Amino acid sequence: MLNPDLKLNSKLFDSNVELKSMRTGFGEGLLKAAEIDKRVVGLCADLTESTQMEIFKKKFPDRFLEVGVAEQNLATVASGMAAMGKIPFISSYAIFSPSRNWEQIRTTIAYNNQPVKIIGTHAGVNVGPDGGSHQALEDIALMRVIPRMVVISPCDSIEAKKATIAAAQTDSPTYIRLAREKSVVMTTEETPFQIGKAQEVFRSKEQGAGSTTSPVRGETFPDLSAAKRRGNVWSEKGETIYDVGIIATGALLHKALLAAKKLDSEGKKVVVMNLSTIKPLDEAAIIKLAHETRAIVTVEEHQIISGMGSAVAECLAKHIPTPIEFIGVNDKFGQSGKSEELIELYEMGEPHILQAVKRVMLRK
Amino acid sequence: MSTPLTEEKISLLTKKAAEIRCSVIESLIEAKSGHLAGALGMADIFTYLYFHALKHDPKNPSWEYRDRLVLSNGHICPVLYATMAHSGYFPVSELKTLRKLGSRLQGHPHREWLPMLETSSGPLGSGLSQAVGLALADRIDNGRTTSKRIYCLMSDGELNEGNSWEGAMLAGKEKLQNLTVIIDRNNIQIDGFTEDIMPLNPLVDKWKAWNWQVEECDGHNFHDIDRVIGEAQAVFDKPTVIIAYTIPSKGIPEFERKFEWHGKPPTTKEEIEVAMKAVGRMRSKND
Repeated sequence: MLNPDLKLNSKLFDSNVELKSMRTGFGEGLLKAAEIDKRVVGLCADLTESTQMEIFKKKFPDRFLEVGVAEQNLATVASGMAAMGKIPFISSYAIFSPSRNWEQIRTTIAYNNQPVKIIGTHAGVNVGPDGGSHQALEDIALMRVIPRMVVISPCDSIEAKKATIAAAQTDSPTYIRLAREKSVVMTTEETPFQIGKAQEVFRSKEQGAGSTTSPVRGETFPDLSAAKRRGNVWSEKGETIYDVGIIATGALLHKALLAAKKLDSEGKKVVVMNLSTIKPLDEAAIIKLAHETRAIVTVEEHQIISGMGSAVAECLAKHIPTPIEFIGVNDKFGQSGKSEELIELYEMGEPHILQAVKRVMLRK
Repeated sequence: MSTPLTEEKISLLTKKAAEIRCSVIESLIEAKSGHLAGALGMADIFTYLYFHALKHDPKNPSWEYRDRLVLSNGHICPVLYATMAHSGYFPVSELKTLRKLGSRLQGHPHREWLPMLETSSGPLGSGLSQAVGLALADRIDNGRTTSKRIYCLMSDGELNEGNSWEGAMLAGKEKLQNLTVIIDRNNIQIDGFTEDIMPLNPLVDKWKAWNWQVEECDGHNFHDIDRVIGEAQAVFDKPTVIIAYTIPSKGIPEFERKFEWHGKPPTTKEEIEVAMKAVGRMRSKND
C-alpha cells in the first residue's frame, strides 16, 4: 500500500491521473524561491521558455540574465555572481549543462564552493524525437563524482518545485535533474520533502502475503553495527521480511509503483523507495531496505554505469552485500522515438522491472 | 578616480616591485616547481594595483566595498601571493610554504585555503566569465554608478580557450563599465610563442569587435599603466581591456623572453645561481 504518511496522490494508479512537466514545477519553484530570497538570480542559455525559467524572468526581469548559447559561460558567470553573494540558478538541457561545461562546474562552482544551482532539463530518453544527441544519460554520473555536489532527481512536478525551493535555501552547489515529458504527478503539495531523505512510497502489508519469510516485529532499523559485523545476519536467521526492495529515481518511480502493485497482488511483499536525492545518499534508509528485503532492484532513466544504482551498490557492498539488479540504459546511446517507445526499447518499463525482480529474488 | 601618481610614489612602486620579484624567485626556488616567467612579467602591474589603484584593506580582506581582483591565469599566483604578502595580507615568511603540504599558498590559488581570494583558478579561460558575474551582480546591487571596480587579470595564451570569448561577448553585450581586464601580452605559452601556437593578432581588433574599450600599455612603465587604468575608469558604457605588453621573466635578463621559462623555476645549481644573482642585484639597488 502507499505510505499514508506521505499523502501521495490517491489517483496515481488511475488511468486518468494528472500529468505535469517537472520543468513547470521548477519554474514555479524558482519563482517562489526568488520571492523568499532576493539573492536568487536566474541565468539561462537560450532555453528560457523550454526550461521554464520564463516564469521567473517575467516576474524578475532585473534578476534574469540571458547568456546566449554558451553553457561554459553560463556556469562561470553564475560562479562569479555567487562570489558576490547571489544564489544563481542556471538552466539548460542536461546534455549541455552539466555536460558540456563539466570542468567549469567542477572548478568554478564546486571547487570554489559557490552555491550555484544547476538545473538540467531534458534528461533521459523521454526527450524522444530529438534523438540520442539530446538525451542526457550520463549527467548523474558526471555530477555525483564531484565533491560537494548535491544531486537531486525529483520524481514529479511537485517534487521538482519543492527541490528547487529547498535548494535555494542551502549553501551547497546543487544539481537538479529534470525530464522533458509531462509525467505522472505522484506526490501532493502535502508530501514532505527534504534534501538527502529517501522515502518509502509503497510497502506491502505484512499480514497475509509473504512467500518465504515471516515478519519480524519490534525490530529497530537500521541496526548499522549489526550490518557491519555480519552482512548476512538477516538471511541467516530467515527473518527477511520482504521479498524485494525497488529503489527508483525520477519519473520512472511510477513504473516501479505499477510493478509493485502487480507484485503485491500476486502475494509478493515489496517496498518501493523514492530516492530523489542521489547525493548525499540516504545510506541509513538504503541499508534498512536491504535488511528487510535482501534483494534490491534500482530503476533510473540513466546509464547503469555510475548512475543512481551504482551509488546504491557502493553503499550496500560496503555495509550489507545484497543482490542487486539494475534497470537503466545498458551502455548505449539513445535514438529518436516516442518517450514510451524508448522506455520499452531500452528496457526500463514495468515488464522489465518485473523481470528484474524475478531475477534478483532467485539470487537471494 | 585613483590618486595622482607622483614621482615619489613611482619610486616606492619600483622598490616594491623589485622586492616582489625577489620573493617570487625565492619562493619558486624553494617550491622547486611552478611558473616563473609570467609571474615576473606581471610584477609591476600587480605592484601598481595593490599599492596604488585597488580599493582594498589587507587588514579587512572581506571589506564589502573593496574592488575585486580575479586572477584568471592562476599559474602566475607566485606574484599574487608575493604582492599580497608585501601588502600586509599575511607574513612574507609564509611565501616559503608555496606548493607545500598544508600551505594556504596552493600551487594554483584556492579561495577556501586562502579566503581573501575572490576565486579559485588554474584551469584557463574561465576567470573572465567569473569576473563578468561579479560585475553583473554588483550592477544588480549598486546600479551603473557603482563605486566598485572588478579587475580581471588574464594571460594571452588563455585566449585560446573558447570560454574566454564567451565572457568577452557577454561583457560587451551588457556594457559592463565596472569591469577592467588586463591581458599579460608576453607572447609566450608553454609550447612556444603565441603567434606560432595559435595566433591572436590582430588582438586589438578582436576586442573592439566585441564592443570593448581597448587600451594598450607598457606593462613595466608605471606612468603608462596609470594612464590606461585611469582611462578605463573614465569609460562609462563599455568594459575595458588593457593589453599590457610585458617581458616574460623580467628581472632575470638571462631568462627574459624565453618561453622555456613559462612553466618552471630555476632548479639546477647554475640556474639558481643566475636567478639569485638577479635577486642580489635587485636588492642592492633597493638599498
